[in-house]
Amino acid sequence: MLSNLDPIVIARAQFAFTMSFHIIFPAFSIGLASYLAVLEALWLWTGREVFLNLFQYWLKIFAIAFGMGVVSGIVMSYQFGTNWSAFADKTGPVIGPLMAYEVLTAFFLEAGFLGVMLFGLERVGPRLHFVATLMVATGTLISAFWILSANSWMQTPAGYAINPEGQFVVADWFKVIFNPSFPYRLVHMVLAAYLTTSLVVGAVGAYHLLRDQHLAGPRMMFSMAMWMAALVAPIQILAGDQHGINTLEHQPAKVMAMEGHYQSHKDGAPLVLFGLPDQAAGRVDYAIEIPKLSSLILKHSLDAPLAGLDTVPRENWPPVPITFWSFRIMVALGFLIFALGLFSLWARWRGTLFNSRPLHVFALTMGPAGFIAVLAGWITTETGRQPFTVYGLLRTADAASPLAAPAVGSSLLAFVIVYFIVFAAGAIYILRLMASSPHHGERGPSGDMPARAAGITPAAGVAGQGALS
Amino acid sequence: MIAAVDLATVWAFIIAFAVFVYVVMDGFDLGLGMLFPLFPAKADRDVIMNTVAPVWDGNETWLVLGGGGLMAAFPLAYAVLMPALYTPMIAMLIGLVFRGVAFEFRWRTTAARNRWDIAFAAGSLLATLAQGIALGAILQGVRVEARHYAGGWWDWLTSFSLLTGVALVIGYCLLGATWLILKTEGALRDKAYRASWVLLFAMLAAIALVSIATPFLNIQYAQRWFAWPGIILAAPVPLAVAAVTALLMRSLAAKQDSRPFLLTLAFFALSYAGLGISMYPYIVPQSITIWQAAAPQNSQIFMLVGVAGLLPLILGYTGWAYWVFRGKVRAGSGYH
Repeated sequence: MLSNLDPIVIARAQFAFTMSFHIIFPAFSIGLASYLAVLEALWLWTGREVFLNLFQYWLKIFAIAFGMGVVSGIVMSYQFGTNWSAFADKTGPVIGPLMAYEVLTAFFLEAGFLGVMLFGLERVGPRLHFVATLMVATGTLISAFWILSANSWMQTPAGYAINPEGQFVVADWFKVIFNPSFPYRLVHMVLAAYLTTSLVVGAVGAYHLLRDQHLAGPRMMFSMAMWMAALVAPIQILAGDQHGINTLEHQPAKVMAMEGHYQSHKDGAPLVLFGLPDQAAGRVDYAIEIPKLSSLILKHSLDAPLAGLDTVPRENWPPVPITFWSFRIMVALGFLIFALGLFSLWARWRGTLFNSRPLHVFALTMGPAGFIAVLAGWITTETGRQPFTVYGLLRTADAASPLAAPAVGSSLLAFVIVYFIVFAAGAIYILRLMASSPHHGERGPSGDMPARAAGITPAAGVAGQGALS
Repeated sequence: MIAAVDLATVWAFIIAFAVFVYVVMDGFDLGLGMLFPLFPAKADRDVIMNTVAPVWDGNETWLVLGGGGLMAAFPLAYAVLMPALYTPMIAMLIGLVFRGVAFEFRWRTTAARNRWDIAFAAGSLLATLAQGIALGAILQGVRVEARHYAGGWWDWLTSFSLLTGVALVIGYCLLGATWLILKTEGALRDKAYRASWVLLFAMLAAIALVSIATPFLNIQYAQRWFAWPGIILAAPVPLAVAAVTALLMRSLAAKQDSRPFLLTLAFFALSYAGLGISMYPYIVPQSITIWQAAAPQNSQIFMLVGVAGLLPLILGYTGWAYWVFRGKVRAGSGYH
């Protein structure tokens, strides 16, 4: 059955599947690691127990999410070789060192200090423990730096030459690392991770506030999360707009697919709100359009001409329907997050932040919105790069391993089964932890330890270090 | 040209070092997983888990460095070997997924704890077997045509690769058992002592079988081991293995808790050196040398700067993490 299928299609499905599962965890753990560092800093600074309780509460959730991120990440680091060996051979001299630097500067930093962060508070004392938390948080950001640089290079390759063996080689490292789309992508993704985390934290806070408005922990986390959403969402919309303009400059076909512009427009292109892209016919059916708005957004001028896919050879068209829809889902969620932020500001001003049921219900429903927006955004940018793996230079069809369909198909099946078992279980355990409210004397991942005096303070933590070592 | 030769050799040693550190560090925690069935009591399993919970993630990072480093420094070798080892690699990844999540999951459920214990043990076994089979498949050589793997997707499966698979299972179990001797006490440690004896003899038998089989795989290995000048390098290895075996037996008999693990590490180092002697300078035996597979010089130099600066730092803070969690782990004083 499988041998009738195109192995490249299966390999792409496999990459999309394993990558989509993986990206959820870094998107969450980048933001959560920073949030944990803030919580611990506030605890050390103010000595207030609520910050320690929140820290321990989210640390348990972080431990599970981080573990799932690690195991799904190891799979990714070997996918390049197993399923995309021609890509690995050709781009290894450029992409390989970026990923090697990610391992050396980020993965080891995170892994090396994670054990102390999770289990070491009593052993090393609060100050050194805070250093460990900071190292883990820094590691997640450094990791984002390198992997987004590598991805951006595939989108907007620069600073390279091609050697006689057909490999990409580096002419200028600075141009490779800081390629044209990298700064935009990095900002957009890190903000997305922060927003995703703030929505999850906000939803958990809202869930507990809906049952009891007086709980100290949920009040604090809900307030912090809503500040984050209110402040970051508008910045993210601006960053996304700038990223789009950068894409128009370097990957025009992707923007044409996002906009659903099969046709060129000489004097002002309309913004297609909704419609059904028909890839075969090369048009958008039942389109609801706002005249000239697309030109205004992309060119900042109502009458600016915009080229369509009719200027691009057909074999270089990205699949418009997927790119078109995933882009709309991302943008719609972005504006909903913005609305949540505004709502919370209004409630805060009115003094109803902790007892507005509509706000809490809204925040609770928006809990998964960040994840969906991140996935939709990645689908937009990766699908919009097609049919190339390295934009304009290496076709996806020329990047795959010389494998038969049954081999790739069985491994895809295995990953699907294993991931659904493992990550469903992980999601249940995380939701179960979230269902209980952070309480007085909250214990971290070392919570099964014999009971000690609840609610340790920074000073007691130092004393505890002597007793345990 | 001289510079290029040296750079590729330097990188071959760096990758070999990363893989070796991975083998011994993840080796003992994979070994613990495979020893789980020997320790059915929950209290024992909690202690075993807690001996590695703070460090397993760091241990596994060396695997990512090995894989990522190979793609960066020797992209051709990575591109040829990964499709050649397709099934063992996927099996290894799936095994690592199961046992990696078990570290956290088993503390979050009482009803399904036993299931995650099974996932931990079975995942460890699958990953180890796959790594051992992959090693055997590399040693026996893979078919290469025009920068591509040219064999089928079952070529890796031979009696030799199965032998190396079983050998690695035994080796990791011995690492795990001697780690338990180092980190635990009482009845748990005594059981680990008894297991270590059995595993040591099994390990010696496995080393003997693999050593006998390897030179017969193809002519190059035999020349390396039995002909001048390779024999200068090769001859001391079996002698050193014999010496380490004697020391290991003495430390097991005398119940010196800290020694058996270190001596098992020495055991692994010697076996690994033996493999290196067999393979060098090929990175894909019989087909591709390290120079043919090497990335352009500027890529290797760019990374060498990072490795030279960062590797000592990484070893430093990894050592610190082990130091923080040093000493025996007692029942009920776990981190979880």
